[in-house]
Amino acid sequence: MTRHLRVDGPNHDDRLDHMAQGVLGQPLNRLEGPLKVTGRATYAAEARPRNMAYGVLVQAEIPAGKVLEIGDAPGALAVIQDKRMIHYAAQGQAEKAPPSGPERVEYMGQAIALVVAETFEAARHAAQNIAIRYAPETVPVIPESVTPELPPKKQSATGDLDQAMRDAAVTVDQVWHTPSQMSAAMEPHAAIAEWDGGHVTVRAGLQMLSSNRKQMADALGIRESKVRLLAPYVGGGFGSKLGINAEAVAAAIAARELNRPVMVAMTRQQVFDLAHRRSETRQRVRLACDANGVLSGIGHDVLVSNLPGSEFSEPVTQATPFTYQAAHRQIVHAVSRIHRGCAGSVRAPGEAVGVTVFECAMDELAEAAGIDPVELRLRNIPDAEPVTDRPFSSHKLAEALRDGAERFGWSARKPSGQRIEGEWFIGMGMAAAVRVNMLVESRARVTLHQDGRAIVETDMTDIGTGTYTILGQLAAEMLGLPADRVEVRLGDTDFPPAAGSGGSFGAASSGNSVYLACEEIRSQIARTMRCDETDLTLHDGMARAGNVSRPLSELIDGQITAEGHLQPGKTEKTHRQATWGSHWAEVAVNRWTGEVRVRRMMGVFACGRVLNEKTARSQCLGGMSFGIGIALTEAMEHDPRDGHVVSRDLAEYHIPCHADVPELEVHFLPERDAYVGPLQAKGLGELGICGAGAAVLNAIHNACGVRVRQLPATPDKIIAGLD
Amino acid sequence: MREFTYLRAASLADLPASATIIAGGTNLLDLMKHEVMAPDALVDITRLDLNRVESEDDGLRIGALVRNSDLAAHPVIRRDYPVLSRALLAGASGQLRNMATTGGNLMQRTRCPYFYDRRMACNKRDPGAGCAAIGGVTRNHAILGASDHCIATYPGDMAVALRALDAVVNIDGPAPRQVPLADFHLLPDDTPEIETVLRPGEIITGVTLPAPVGGQHRYRKVRDRASYAFALVSVAAVVGMEDGRISQAALAFGGVAAKPWRDPEVEAVLAGQEPSDALFAEAAEILLRPAKAWGENQFKIPLLRRSLIATLRDATGMEAKP
Ligand SMILES: Cc1cc2nc3c(=O)[nH]c(=O)nc-3n(C[C@H](O)[C@H](O)[C@H](O)COP(=O)(O)OP(=O)(O)OC[C@H]3O[C@@H](n4cnc5c(N)ncnc54)[C@H](O)[C@@H]3O)c2cc1C
Ligand code: SF4
Repeated sequence: MTRHLRVDGPNHDDRLDHMAQGVLGQPLNRLEGPLKVTGRATYAAEARPRNMAYGVLVQAEIPAGKVLEIGDAPGALAVIQDKRMIHYAAQGQAEKAPPSGPERVEYMGQAIALVVAETFEAARHAAQNIAIRYAPETVPVIPESVTPELPPKKQSATGDLDQAMRDAAVTVDQVWHTPSQMSAAMEPHAAIAEWDGGHVTVRAGLQMLSSNRKQMADALGIRESKVRLLAPYVGGGFGSKLGINAEAVAAAIAARELNRPVMVAMTRQQVFDLAHRRSETRQRVRLACDANGVLSGIGHDVLVSNLPGSEFSEPVTQATPFTYQAAHRQIVHAVSRIHRGCAGSVRAPGEAVGVTVFECAMDELAEAAGIDPVELRLRNIPDAEPVTDRPFSSHKLAEALRDGAERFGWSARKPSGQRIEGEWFIGMGMAAAVRVNMLVESRARVTLHQDGRAIVETDMTDIGTGTYTILGQLAAEMLGLPADRVEVRLGDTDFPPAAGSGGSFGAASSGNSVYLACEEIRSQIARTMRCDETDLTLHDGMARAGNVSRPLSELIDGQITAEGHLQPGKTEKTHRQATWGSHWAEVAVNRWTGEVRVRRMMGVFACGRVLNEKTARSQCLGGMSFGIGIALTEAMEHDPRDGHVVSRDLAEYHIPCHADVPELEVHFLPERDAYVGPLQAKGLGELGICGAGAAVLNAIHNACGVRVRQLPATPDKIIAGLD
Repeated sequence: MREFTYLRAASLADLPASATIIAGGTNLLDLMKHEVMAPDALVDITRLDLNRVESEDDGLRIGALVRNSDLAAHPVIRRDYPVLSRALLAGASGQLRNMATTGGNLMQRTRCPYFYDRRMACNKRDPGAGCAAIGGVTRNHAILGASDHCIATYPGDMAVALRALDAVVNIDGPAPRQVPLADFHLLPDDTPEIETVLRPGEIITGVTLPAPVGGQHRYRKVRDRASYAFALVSVAAVVGMEDGRISQAALAFGGVAAKPWRDPEVEAVLAGQEPSDALFAEAAEILLRPAKAWGENQFKIPLLRRSLIATLRDATGMEAKP
């Protein structure tokens, strides 16, 4: 039986607050944690099917042009140059494979062939030394060097912003730059492909199996039913594993050709070349307000880049239309077509850099208007979504700002440059956090056995976020079982198709499907108990209704299996859905060297129902650490002549290290959002990133008076503004 | 990685002249995986008896195989040569320092990203091919002593402290010799592929430190994140004070040249003077007179100036005063 729900209206009954088991929300440890820390969780490249060969991708050494000839690889089993090899990774949720054909080069480092050998070392050696003849072309690689496209759908204007800027008592008009950024997940991309007749099984690091399966089938030119994908453990994705990448397609092609299992694992350098980058951005923000800080105008004018023909463009202004009120508004979204690696979703696409920059602009406006930054934001919170007038599904920004200011000790903040300790300027900064919320269609199957064990199956992935654990908790709560009686099976396209992990919609979407499946099981138990499902209490393997109490084993004949199927519905349109929060940072800036040290950081977040206090908190800790990275350390450097990635390992691409991340504090505001399905939970993973960097950058200004508008704020940019 | 033969040396006499030495392997293996270095033969020296720290005359003799972690934690180093301990601890990460050896650290190669990338022209990797870094991303390249042939830096920290301490490198080979660290690394000129005076068939057996000189020891390393990053610039300082005046100042600089940089004129201008911001600015002026930027690394000039001034203020006790 399938229980289906389209979220067309509100759900105010808070069912999950009235379940009896009491495990949902508990800070349980991740179920698979012990497997991971003892090396027993097999990641993509860790399986060892018998007779496996090793493939290494051969990469283009020109930024664009044609491959004329690829030489031999002595010692290799095969050099594969197949027209199905893809140019770059598929975008998240794409149903088709990206462009293919190994003779056309679109960017430096593109995979143009695969060398297969008996060992990884031999394959790599051959791939590194293979002779290739090209017909190179000269192409632009710098965003400002070309006339950008202005996709009509992405522009918007209301009122007259120019006039509002002229009339305003206070304005800000500045330009910020953020560099290309990389997901930099711990596990490099890898795939092992194996054929059985016309069926291929690919074990890979992937975030969204159901769409990945479509992409893979399309790439290989076979039916979807002939493709099975396995990704039981994924060592982080952060967007980089949303779509299939060159290694997975190449492994499948090679395995077929050689008639044996083939593994293709990327080196760290290849990940930097081949995984989607977040586009660099240029953002001009214009703000106009009256003497009381009430905004009259908001302009957000952005330039991003991608390869010619690539549809994705970093949705920088995603939150701009609804975060603050103003009568006059304008959004300009320009895309330069250049030949750097493909741009795609990286850790909170859009808001990660868009909110960060916008919140820096708000800080500048607060300073210019002589108004406290918290107060400025409070004065500009709209009652409904500006322009469309849609209601918010829930809105917790004001509460997050007030609560955060209180907890952080914001009132102790001094004017810029007035707190000095030895060589260090000390300052505080804050920013609002906001991220759009989404639900995505998702299915799950739950089986409750007579002996009081339950099994959850869905092709959902756990990319290190805690999905195994929260889905188990949810089923345990609904079915009245101790958490350890629920087994969760993920990462296999043989299971019902799920939303996948991405866009922070995974937990809520797949969680709702598990909820629905459990609801169906509860209904069946209720029928046996001759009561309404809503009157049924399940707890520790016992079913209770009124004064009848019976063990599940008596009520179930063998097992009950049900499927849950969630679809987003009308509430997506009727309500503006978002998650809200506030970020707070205290930093020290060295007055001589311009080094910045974050001393403490705090985030207050509202994300609807918290499913597991611990994994939710960990998501926020990670997000805030990314915020530190965006503000202070992370930059993918592109060579100005051919666009290639110069910082292509983790020694050169600086994600924050332990010493950069101080004690972080996370608080959740209690919230139940009625418009996002019966779970009443919203996305959380990315919210912690959105705006976090701005709190750090604003704190730098408060410490030493320097505004860094060219991110990241490395020492060179700080000293440029110091005496 | 290219195939290679591997042998393990049991004694110094055992060393084949033609094999490439591998110690901790933390640098060499990376370079071999990228085939930036592709030796036919490796000789593992980690079984040699070169892992002791011993007194010698008034100074100290450090074996080439002493691990960075052990050296940094050595009580005599911490007491008498703290600048060395601090420099070591500012380098790499705990895991790397546990493997990295004194000899290997001195011989580590530049981190110039174009050197690591075989798609790019590099005179150091392939003499005469040209230098792709010039005109490219030069954020962490040299501002002192570079040439049109190569603008790479020597990236290490330990050697910068050793330079300030006037260490001597002990070399074994057909003709055993001692070379002051000052002369050990070479500027690129038109032969950037030749990085040190070490000749084929020679091995570093250790480093000798002269008698301790006292004074205030500082190692200031400025980098793009709080740890686990190479220096943008670094300053090793040993500064003595007598009667309110600077009695001695040994200053070496990292991240700015193909070798740990030291300038006797800078030290001379400080000697015998009362510390003051004006004096330090003058010293920085002298230090940076020959500096030349290559595009993006322009900032290293003011950054080195500021880092020197900050280090001197700190070492002379000025920073503590309001
Ligand atoms: C990610 C990363 C970050 C790092 N960060 C820093 C940093 O911040 N600061 C820093 O100083 N260093 C840093 N390092 C470099 C590290 O310190 C060196 O890799 C290490 O010191 C090399 O020592 P090893 O024993 O492992 O050398 P190996 O890799 O074994 O050898 C390096 C070279 O030295 C030669 N060699 C070794 N021993 C001898 C000998 N006795 N005589 C002659 N030749 C010899 C080898 O032939 C080889 O060419 C970093 C390294 C990595 C990988
Ligand atoms: S700077 Fe030196 S090491 Fe770097 S590319 Fe140029 S020649 Fe090679």
